[in-house]
Amino acid sequence: MSVLVYIENRNGKFKKSTYELVSYGKRLANGLGGSVTLLSIGKVAEDELKNLGAYGAGTILSAETDVPLDDRAYASLIAAAAQNSGATLVVMAHNVTGKALAPRVAVRLNAGLVSAVNGLPVSYQPFVVSKKAFSGKSLMQAEITTDIKVITLSQNTAGIETFAGNAAVETMDASAVTSGITVLSTEVQTGKILLSEADVVVSGGRGMRSADNWEPLEELAGVLGAATACSRPVSDEGWRPHHEHVGQTGKVVAPNLYFALGISGAIQHLAGISSSKVIVAVNKDPEAPIFSAADYGIVGDLQTVLPKMTEAFRKFKSGN
Amino acid sequence: MNILVCISNVPDTTTRIKYSADMKAVDYSGVQWIINPWDELALTRAIELKEAHPALVQKITVITAGGADADPTLRKALACGADDAIRVDAAGGDSLFTATQLAHAVKGEPFDVILCGIESSDYNGSAVGGMLAELLDYNSVSAVSSLNLDGNSIKVTREIDGGKQSIETSAPVVLIVQKGIAINPRIPSMRGIMTARTKPLKVVAATAAAPGSKVVGYQAPPQKSACKMIDPENIDELVHLLHTEARVI
Amino acid sequence: MNFEFSEEQLMIQQAARDYAQRELIKDVIERDTHAIYPTEHVKALSELGFMGMLVDPEYDGGGMDTVSYVLAMEEISKVDSSVSVIMSVNNSLVCYGIEKFGTEAQKEKFLKPLARGEKIGAFLLSEPEAGSDATSQRTTAEDKGDYYLLNGTKNWITNGNTAGTYLVIAQTHPEKGHKGINVLIVDRHSPGISVGPHEDKMGMRSSDTHSVMFNDVKVPKENRIGEDGFGFKFAMKTLEGGRIGIAAQALGIASGAFERAVKYSKERKAFGTEIANHQSVAFKLADMAVKIENARNLCLKAAWLKDQGKPYGYASAMAKYYAAEIAMEVTTEAVQIHGGYGYVKEYHVERLMREAKLTQIYEGTSEIQQIVISRQVLNEF
Repeated sequence: MSVLVYIENRNGKFKKSTYELVSYGKRLANGLGGSVTLLSIGKVAEDELKNLGAYGAGTILSAETDVPLDDRAYASLIAAAAQNSGATLVVMAHNVTGKALAPRVAVRLNAGLVSAVNGLPVSYQPFVVSKKAFSGKSLMQAEITTDIKVITLSQNTAGIETFAGNAAVETMDASAVTSGITVLSTEVQTGKILLSEADVVVSGGRGMRSADNWEPLEELAGVLGAATACSRPVSDEGWRPHHEHVGQTGKVVAPNLYFALGISGAIQHLAGISSSKVIVAVNKDPEAPIFSAADYGIVGDLQTVLPKMTEAFRKFKSGN
Repeated sequence: MNILVCISNVPDTTTRIKYSADMKAVDYSGVQWIINPWDELALTRAIELKEAHPALVQKITVITAGGADADPTLRKALACGADDAIRVDAAGGDSLFTATQLAHAVKGEPFDVILCGIESSDYNGSAVGGMLAELLDYNSVSAVSSLNLDGNSIKVTREIDGGKQSIETSAPVVLIVQKGIAINPRIPSMRGIMTARTKPLKVVAATAAAPGSKVVGYQAPPQKSACKMIDPENIDELVHLLHTEARVI
Repeated sequence: MNFEFSEEQLMIQQAARDYAQRELIKDVIERDTHAIYPTEHVKALSELGFMGMLVDPEYDGGGMDTVSYVLAMEEISKVDSSVSVIMSVNNSLVCYGIEKFGTEAQKEKFLKPLARGEKIGAFLLSEPEAGSDATSQRTTAEDKGDYYLLNGTKNWITNGNTAGTYLVIAQTHPEKGHKGINVLIVDRHSPGISVGPHEDKMGMRSSDTHSVMFNDVKVPKENRIGEDGFGFKFAMKTLEGGRIGIAAQALGIASGAFERAVKYSKERKAFGTEIANHQSVAFKLADMAVKIENARNLCLKAAWLKDQGKPYGYASAMAKYYAAEIAMEVTTEAVQIHGGYGYVKEYHVERLMREAKLTQIYEGTSEIQQIVISRQVLNEF
């Protein structure tokens, strides 16, 4: 009963979410009474791979290839690695890559797939996992009934555990892989903290009143080391770019701390933030629905509250 | 070029979810059904492309797997501008079951571009599009936020981990689309509603397929504890609570 | 009896709702405040086919039934009655009038562009000294052999400046009283027409209301609708249908305010609980709901009668009278439930209240409807 975890690097480096995924895989393997194998596709230095030993990695298959992310090609590598390692459970992150690959892998392996799983399984025998459904309005338990199973893990739902042990790196031949797509250009977001992986998110809504008022919000984000985000009306108005839109049809985020500034809290927005650990809401309307979703609330005008918040957090950060 | 848009019939996003007494099923009584929002954007983009390239895009077909109660949703898609519709008469089942049904109905049909929304707003599975591509042995591109046609070349923008990429690919291909693919979902016009009356809606029998997973039961998400209100004159209190009580900074 | 809507009727309702809630809502307060004509929305709604939704497809219309029209009018009016009044005048007065009573040539020339929404129509009946009393027309259409010479002033004309096509009611044979009245199709840009300033109204501020002056305007004979002297009958027949549109508008104003009141009362807290839990508010909501349901049923009954080809004048008078009265009551209560917030623009209900007032006045005041209804009652019983 072994587990295969597909891990994704960015420019040869792994992120915190990968550590969570690896340690999650190790715990699943322990639960199933088997071992965990990792598959890395792309070029990653051996040291970077071996670092994953601390999170439970045993064997790491490294498939070096220059082929860019191609759904069919990568899925074939993952399926082959699962078959070669005798894995009965394949685990991926529930991010853009996992969403693209897991369904194809599942079909190749004749496996049932449950995506966006929250944390460890509810039971191993039968194999039952928990996930959110109806955009966060419901929790669902689903059983995977096939011999081989595929799951994707919702980020930040399993936590990171460390393990004693060393990782052994093996090479997997990826020379036969070809791509059906041509990458014309790649635009990497640099300098900024990415919304999808930020621990802290500072998000603004219509209550920010105009595009010009975003500077103090960015200042607060800067002090907190946070990513910036917005509600749908704000991106619809063009005050902020679409990729910052958090909500049902935008991004779903799960930071430790989410600041909702001038966001009334429409149900579609709440669907995008309900996995946040702690929500702080600032709104001038004491009846705004955001306060029923928030842990901490301030009723007040952002024009005055926001600079005060920035000042208070700056004081705190410099004192720490 | 023929475009196929896969449509999922889902409860209105503002629906309050109710359950059966044993919590093993969702109670759909009184639910207002809509086209899954991402599928609606996919359909909108397909229609825009047909309008922009009338010589290139010959036909837009919509498909769903479901019972007859999904027909109004398909007819709305026809009213919006799709040319014909297919319903695979197969209700229930998981993403693997649904994808198998769609693939069965589509296999051998001359679809060049198949569009699927990145997820459905009910089970949020993000699975059917990729599975369909694999079952048909087509290329797929996921997290697509823009789609343009340049002759027979298909140009898309996709989100990748940490950024975005412009990509060129060719038919046949499954494109799994997300926000940005179209801005405003198409509203059907009177003319569209009128012509939808005579557009074909073909019902295809289901194929035998085993699901890969099943729902065991539901729970309401845990209630949040009451919001702690903080005096706007005392922001230090917020900092203090986030540090010592919530322990997130 | 069947109270179910067809799938198509529901689709039209949803289309109108989507447009209203997604697009109209965005800048409705701005348009109202500065009395800005909703040019873009009229264009978009024309493209969707709402401006000529009742017209036969043969004349480029949407070919939809009156029940669908009521559903669409209600949804648009929940958000912006300045837009729905344009839709109502164009559909149920101008397009209807030409389609029902016009010649084939008139339909070809005038109805088609109106049905497509390329041109908007206006219905010119009211005068400075003849509002509700349509028999005493001072505007004259003098018979000059092969044309009519139009002189006089019309008041309170919706789409007065933006319209491309006017339907003008005018007196040709004063000695014959209301039997001497004609209705003429007049090109808005004919020489001799001048349009007065935009009326600065209490509500429906972004609809385009003007006085229109005719000074020796020549109108070709072939632009007369019906026989010589048909104008008064034309106006009465057309207004019967127009009432359904305005009734549905009033219904929408009421249900729009009601929806906001329900939402607000479930969010707003007072004395430790949501105000909806206070009986004083809950009972208000119950009364509002019953009134709206009654108004909706009256509107739909009138629409259904019209669709069945049965007489509907009595039903449409009842619908218009009742819906307008309860729109005023419901919006007033909605403002009350909102308290201070209800009195500021941001919460929309004060605007709906101002809009409601007009539905009691135009296209036949409530009192005129009472006359129509009471006459029928006294004749029949």
